[in-house]
Amino acid sequence: MTDRTIEIKGLVKEYKKGVPVLKGIDLSIEGEGITAIIGPSGTGKSTLIRCINRLVEPTAGEIRFQGLDLATLKGADLRNARRKIGMVFQEYNLVERLTVMENVLTGRLGYMNAFQAWLRRFSAADIAEAFQLLDAVGLGAFAHQRADSLSGGQRQRVGIARALMQHPDILLADEPTSSLDPKTSVEIMELMAELAGKRNIPVIVNIHNVELAKRFCHRMIGMTGGKVVFDGPPASLSETHLKEIYGGEDWLH
Amino acid sequence: MHQSPAPSPQPRAPTHRAFPTHWPARIGWILLAIYVVWAVGQLDVTWARFAAGIDNAAKFLGRMFPPDAGGDKWESLLIGMKESLQITFIATLLGIALSLPIGLMAARNLMPAWVVWPARGLIAVSRSFHEVVVAIIFVKAVGFGAIAGIGALVIGSIGFVSKLFAEAIEEINPKQVEAIRATGASFMSVVLFGVLPQVFSRFLGFATYQFDSNLRHSTMIGIVGAGGIGGTLFAAFQRFDYDFVCAILIAIIALIMLGEVLSSFVRALFTENLSVIEWFRRRFGQTEPERRDRALGAMEGS
Repeated sequence: MTDRTIEIKGLVKEYKKGVPVLKGIDLSIEGEGITAIIGPSGTGKSTLIRCINRLVEPTAGEIRFQGLDLATLKGADLRNARRKIGMVFQEYNLVERLTVMENVLTGRLGYMNAFQAWLRRFSAADIAEAFQLLDAVGLGAFAHQRADSLSGGQRQRVGIARALMQHPDILLADEPTSSLDPKTSVEIMELMAELAGKRNIPVIVNIHNVELAKRFCHRMIGMTGGKVVFDGPPASLSETHLKEIYGGEDWLH
Repeated sequence: MHQSPAPSPQPRAPTHRAFPTHWPARIGWILLAIYVVWAVGQLDVTWARFAAGIDNAAKFLGRMFPPDAGGDKWESLLIGMKESLQITFIATLLGIALSLPIGLMAARNLMPAWVVWPARGLIAVSRSFHEVVVAIIFVKAVGFGAIAGIGALVIGSIGFVSKLFAEAIEEINPKQVEAIRATGASFMSVVLFGVLPQVFSRFLGFATYQFDSNLRHSTMIGIVGAGGIGGTLFAAFQRFDYDFVCAILIAIIALIMLGEVLSSFVRALFTENLSVIEWFRRRFGQTEPERRDRALGAMEGS
């Protein structure tokens, strides 16, 4: 098995010059289990995760993964690195007008050229795997429905299947449950934990719900104001830490 | 007028107006009204002139009926209509095929500025002239006939379809594109799977609208010698052959209506995935409550 550890060193991101959103993040995330990043809105959690697969361009710093610096990759090298990094989004980001099957198969686009993709020439193995994944997320009967006909929970299941279709070495999840009801949120987290666990894929998840995070993660990273202020197992996350991360205390009781 | 009620306990001074007067707009309307009155005076638009015109129109209409397309006329009508239809099909297909890449290049959210501005320039030039002006240029360049007509309508189609296509692309949901980029897909694959599915139905709408529009234009460009029924129509006018003119006009109306039905049919097939039978049922065999139910159902589903 390849090494799946991510080393982040001195990561800075400024959307506006002189106004850093990430103020020098140093993190080492071991290649297993689920790591949760918690923190108030606007504190740079999404930016941090998006720097890893370069949906956001870092301003400074290094992101070491499998011997590469993800922060400086370009062109084909960047695309080849991206296809090994699965991503699950808050608003699912499915292509609404494509079918569920087509959405899942887009996970293979990094492995084929545009002409094959245009003709929908996915390999038989890919198609078989897509059907298996759809069964695994409980949507086997929905393969030919258009994505915009699904409910939120169903869409997120397709999002997970799409990410796993990439055969990722790491899975990023940007607030995967924030648009879902509490019950569905738990089901989605369970599904991600189960499917990623089976495949030994480490997961980094941004999450607002602290209780949900504690339940599924072996490590929690608390961010506030663009910095890491807590890093440890869920059991050691105290109210004092939460006060420091989110500010104030009235909301705790 | 009804009796004014007792004053409310806290009468409110009208310091806050819900809809404040928008002076620039008001002045604009007044200026526009003044201009229209002035322009009417300039152009000698008088009642006497209008009455004289009406008289003439009645005579003209009288000579148009009954329409006549007997003998040789029938054949030249058919030839002209056939040529117009061919010009329309070929020009629309070519124009749309060229509009796809040009529209894509003109979309600011996908392309760098050095690609966007030449593409936008090309579109602007294509849009500058009316089809008939372009047709005159083509007739001078390549001679009388259908080739000039096709060229003119291709240019017109590029101007219209690529501009709207570029605007449609600029309005797509970037999240869907982001997700495809995150899979490591190449730029072309991102366009194929993240962009085109989002704009396909609108593109189809533009294309069928352009087909309608080209159909109309193809009946006109013949007047300047660029092929089609327009030439026949113009010749009939010149001969004062008004009953034949009337026959041609009826034929054109029939053709345009047919084109409209055809394009709404194509749209329904592609964008709503309807079967042919379902399309007919919805279009001709549906009661108002059914239609409302379906609209509500669609809202619930989203």
